[in-house]
Amino acid sequence: MENSLLAPGHRACAGCAMPTTIRLVLDAAGPNTIVVSPTGCLEVTTTPFPESSWCVPWIHSLFENASAVASGVEVMLKRRKQDTNVVIIGGDGSTFDIGMGCNSGMFERGHKILYVCYDNEAYMNTGVQRSGSTPFCAQTTTTPPGSKSKGNPRPKKDMPAIALAHKVPYVATASVAYPVDLRRKVKAALQVDGPSYIQVNAPCITGWTFDAGTMIELSRLAVETGLWPLAEWVNGELAGVKKIRRPKPVTDYLEIQGRYKHLFKKNDCGDQLAKIQAIADANKAKYKLVD
Amino acid sequence: MSQINTANMKVVEGSYAVAHAVMCCKPDVISAYPITPQTHIVEHLSQMVANGELDSEFLTVDSEFSALSVLVGASAMGARSYSSTTSQGLALMYEVLYNVSGMRMPVVMNVANRAMGAPLNIWNDQQDAVGARDVGWLQIYVEDVQEAVDATLQAYKIAEDPQIRMPIMVCMDGFVLTHVYEPVELLDKELASQYLPAFQPEKILDPNHPMTFGAFADPSTYTEFRYQQFDAQLKSMAKIEKAAKEFEEIFGRHYGGLVDSYFADDAEVVIVTMGSVIGTIKDAIDAMRKEGKKVGLVKVRSYRPFPVQALRQALKGASVIAVIEKDVSIGAEAGLVTDLKSAFYNSKIRTPVIGFAAGLGGRDITIKDIRKIVDKAEAARKGIESEFEFLDLRTEIL
Repeated sequence: MENSLLAPGHRACAGCAMPTTIRLVLDAAGPNTIVVSPTGCLEVTTTPFPESSWCVPWIHSLFENASAVASGVEVMLKRRKQDTNVVIIGGDGSTFDIGMGCNSGMFERGHKILYVCYDNEAYMNTGVQRSGSTPFCAQTTTTPPGSKSKGNPRPKKDMPAIALAHKVPYVATASVAYPVDLRRKVKAALQVDGPSYIQVNAPCITGWTFDAGTMIELSRLAVETGLWPLAEWVNGELAGVKKIRRPKPVTDYLEIQGRYKHLFKKNDCGDQLAKIQAIADANKAKYKLVD
Repeated sequence: MSQINTANMKVVEGSYAVAHAVMCCKPDVISAYPITPQTHIVEHLSQMVANGELDSEFLTVDSEFSALSVLVGASAMGARSYSSTTSQGLALMYEVLYNVSGMRMPVVMNVANRAMGAPLNIWNDQQDAVGARDVGWLQIYVEDVQEAVDATLQAYKIAEDPQIRMPIMVCMDGFVLTHVYEPVELLDKELASQYLPAFQPEKILDPNHPMTFGAFADPSTYTEFRYQQFDAQLKSMAKIEKAAKEFEEIFGRHYGGLVDSYFADDAEVVIVTMGSVIGTIKDAIDAMRKEGKKVGLVKVRSYRPFPVQALRQALKGASVIAVIEKDVSIGAEAGLVTDLKSAFYNSKIRTPVIGFAAGLGGRDITIKDIRKIVDKAEAARKGIESEFEFLDLRTEIL
């Protein structure tokens, strides 16, 4: 990682999973890569003019158009018969919500583009507001707990299923805590002659509130509890999952994050904890995560 | 307009003529979304690509917003890039419009001018483009199909100039020019290539020379980015004139550069306007001149950059000026009349200026209307009763 294509000196928070994720992605993709990023933490922490952390060509245009911009890049590469990777790296706000129209268009047109979403499950760049990716009961600044609220009332949007519905030939989930798995998936995605989508669990220290030294452990717990299944789909078929050797209760994952602390106060949030455990159990059953 | 070689003229639809001009510009990437009355332009281009007459990447996208966003990526790769839209489509592009100009991408786009909803209205006025006057794009308004053809070729020449590198809208009145069949001299492909050489971008997305495009600028540098765009627009005035002149040398046609005049030199009443209504106004002037009325016309061809000096020069002899425009700035007046008065304020020109919103939502502007406007302008010489009004307002249905 010493020769990373994302140079040090960027302004990401200590304990943020995003730069680690990007380094792993670039490490796997290599220097013959053009990166397109939407507006978000990644853009503002890595490109304060006249500085840049990017050692590969990189372009940012708007919050919701990275997939369309990348489409324009990709057609010109094809026109020039140039064999260069096109990788979009964006957060969940642009991926799940505001960029959905452009994402759908890019997937449906079949561009050879890898879309990597570093998923920190809320609008972190604007100060932790709820996104379509925010999980059930998580506290954000727009889903605060209160006498009539127990945090985000809705489950997380199933973005991999949306990609699969577009017949995206390679779809995977990954975690910053499993770097070998993430790099392998990036390499596999870049071999596909068409669009691919990888969604990476990427804890945000300011939004999730945890001890900076526990970022990797936290992302691993998301996997080990069954809340973040590691899976990959090839041509629409489930091609592999990461088995959980020692399943953990969801409370192990939830109780070390500030965004769930309201569930552990003396009020009646036991139902909520049971519902979150049920989400994890359903994942374990669906993906046969536990032997 | 100067000499047209009628032997080479063909009667074609305006949209076809423009699509043919685009083909002669050989864009690498075309990205567009269908919207009336722009659709025929991109349908013709699709057919040209399908027939192998045009070697362009044609992307059928999910929205106008995506259409222009695709061109951001393509242009960053060094592509000559083209799109076409109108009205609601232009509005949906709004955020990207600022991005394309801010990133100094020489995209050319035909805008088939149309009214903005609500109420929904598919017919011609110029509210769409005039409303986007501040987005950083150059805006050329054309008078007829031939000028739409010729201005489209000229637009790439201006946009891709290394000193300019700014996007351009070639604004042509929807239906009136896009759907009309009239005799046009289609561009000769070889002459077009002679006039417009291949695009030579200096900076592109290239893994051998990695660069960062679209970084954010904080308060210490943002102003300078804006200034450079502003400066490029001012510099583009000379390039617009030069592009028109060089075009004339090769093709023999000229429409003025920034502005054009018709019997304006000795005119007492001068009409100032943009777009296809100019044909009607010229006919009206011809008739009124025969009656001894000293009426003239100044056509604003370049609305952005706004040609302050050229307009002061062209209008210095007028006794009264009537601005006719197909847009309104709700709560103020309208784009052209406000900009024109602003151009005069610090000059010695103290000519009365009155403005008319006319032809909104596709309502015809007739020779009778032009005569009425001239009468009102003549009356205004003795004192302005109304600085700005909606022409022929149907008060009975208000």
